[in-house]
Amino acid sequence: MTHNEIRAAALEELINVAPDLAEETIPVDADLRETFDMDSMDLVNWVAALHRRLGVDIPELDYPKLRSLDATAAYLAGRLGISQTPGPP
Amino acid sequence: MSAVYRMPSLGADMEAGTLIEWVKQPGERFAKGDVIAVVETQKGAIEVEVFHDGVMGRPLVETGQRVPVGTPMAEVELVDVQRAAAAAPGGEPPAERRAPTRTAAVRTLPGATSPPEPAGARSITVPRRLRASPAARRQAQQLGLALADLAGSGPDGAIVLRDVVSAGGRAAPVRPPAERPAPRRGPNLDAMRGAIAAAMSRSKREIPHYYLSHTIDLTRATDWVAGHNAVRPPERRILLGVLLIKAVAVTLRNYPQLNGFDREGRFEPATGIHVGSATAIRGGGLVAPAIHDADRLELDVLMDRLRDLVARVRAGTLRSSELADPTVTVSSLGERGVDRLYGVIYPPQVAIVGFGTPSPRPWVVDGQVVPRTLVTATLAADHRHSDGHRGALFLAQVGQRLQEPDTL
Repeated sequence: MTHNEIRAAALEELINVAPDLAEETIPVDADLRETFDMDSMDLVNWVAALHRRLGVDIPELDYPKLRSLDATAAYLAGRLGISQTPGPP
Repeated sequence: MSAVYRMPSLGADMEAGTLIEWVKQPGERFAKGDVIAVVETQKGAIEVEVFHDGVMGRPLVETGQRVPVGTPMAEVELVDVQRAAAAAPGGEPPAERRAPTRTAAVRTLPGATSPPEPAGARSITVPRRLRASPAARRQAQQLGLALADLAGSGPDGAIVLRDVVSAGGRAAPVRPPAERPAPRRGPNLDAMRGAIAAAMSRSKREIPHYYLSHTIDLTRATDWVAGHNAVRPPERRILLGVLLIKAVAVTLRNYPQLNGFDREGRFEPATGIHVGSATAIRGGGLVAPAIHDADRLELDVLMDRLRDLVARVRAGTLRSSELADPTVTVSSLGERGVDRLYGVIYPPQVAIVGFGTPSPRPWVVDGQVVPRTLVTATLAADHRHSDGHRGALFLAQVGQRLQEPDTL
């Protein structure tokens, strides 16, 4: 799975738990909580969906790392043991 | 016994509703708790439940028609005459337009949150239920698609906008980008703003609020939640907000004067503790659907109910009992907020409990200043029906309950 594939899966699960975001264009680096008003219930549902889909059990302490779609994909890739270059810094 | 089914009032702020679809067809039997129709209100498409057994008769209102609360919508034949006479919204002419019969009916319906799906026979006679968000319905109508042909991917299999869009992409010509409709969410936000304005104006005009505030040490509660969640997979973790709701609900058992309704100046205590959980809607507006009998639910169950409610607020598929039943409201600012929330009572309720954003603060424990996680809890209550003394005891007891999270 590439970074982009993980990110696409994360976006799909995000829309599943927050269908009211389906019409939004979500920039990959946008802060999901600040910009899209994602609350703790959205977050916990998203984490559960990612667990089901990718098998990654994200501990609560790591929730802050799921700041944006890109950050989430990078975090998940790390947990999945996928080495990758997420692009130039 | 013949009766008429009337447009129900789903809260003090509802003046009218639009019939979206009859779920029951003429001649079809319905049982208490069944969904008879889907009605669009300011809060989205609401599945309207019935409060007695009967048989659907002739519809008096057409799909798409908007009618005021109390308008006869269909003829129905009621089975249990005695109960029906007491409970039927259409059993007798309403004394006022916002007929209190709705509440009477609610009492006969404990556990209305999850009407059991019994009787295998029922599923044979009942046509496929179409759960769909208002945005999805509108889009389907625009594209000329039948909802029945679509597969739903939202909560409870609800058809949401993306289902219509993806089906529309296959079935209908793609519209040029210029014609893209303005982004729409479940509820009609303009109408909801109007409804909130009406309810809150009435509240501030009629209800003499008094306000109390109390700082609660949440350290034990947050530690308990962290420990609880650390050993559970994500889908079984709970939110701190669930503990707050439970603590309020359990404490209300001792303070019945805060749990109920104002009926033209007289207090009517509620028979259950149905906590309306204020849920913000992205893009503006809010709705506070009921968690029924919150004081009696295990935390895990309470979490599941809250999760389900929030999901259906997002998708715009709430049920009528959830909108009309709350006996008290709890509003939590959550993780991203400020210290304190001053609530405005949602009429005809008589109290609202608010929680600010918990945060680490200096606090004195055993003579030492130590960092603790604190939250400011507030109570706004109707001074016609309770006094600050009782209110203060209530709020203090909520704080005490939260010191023993394992007993919640």
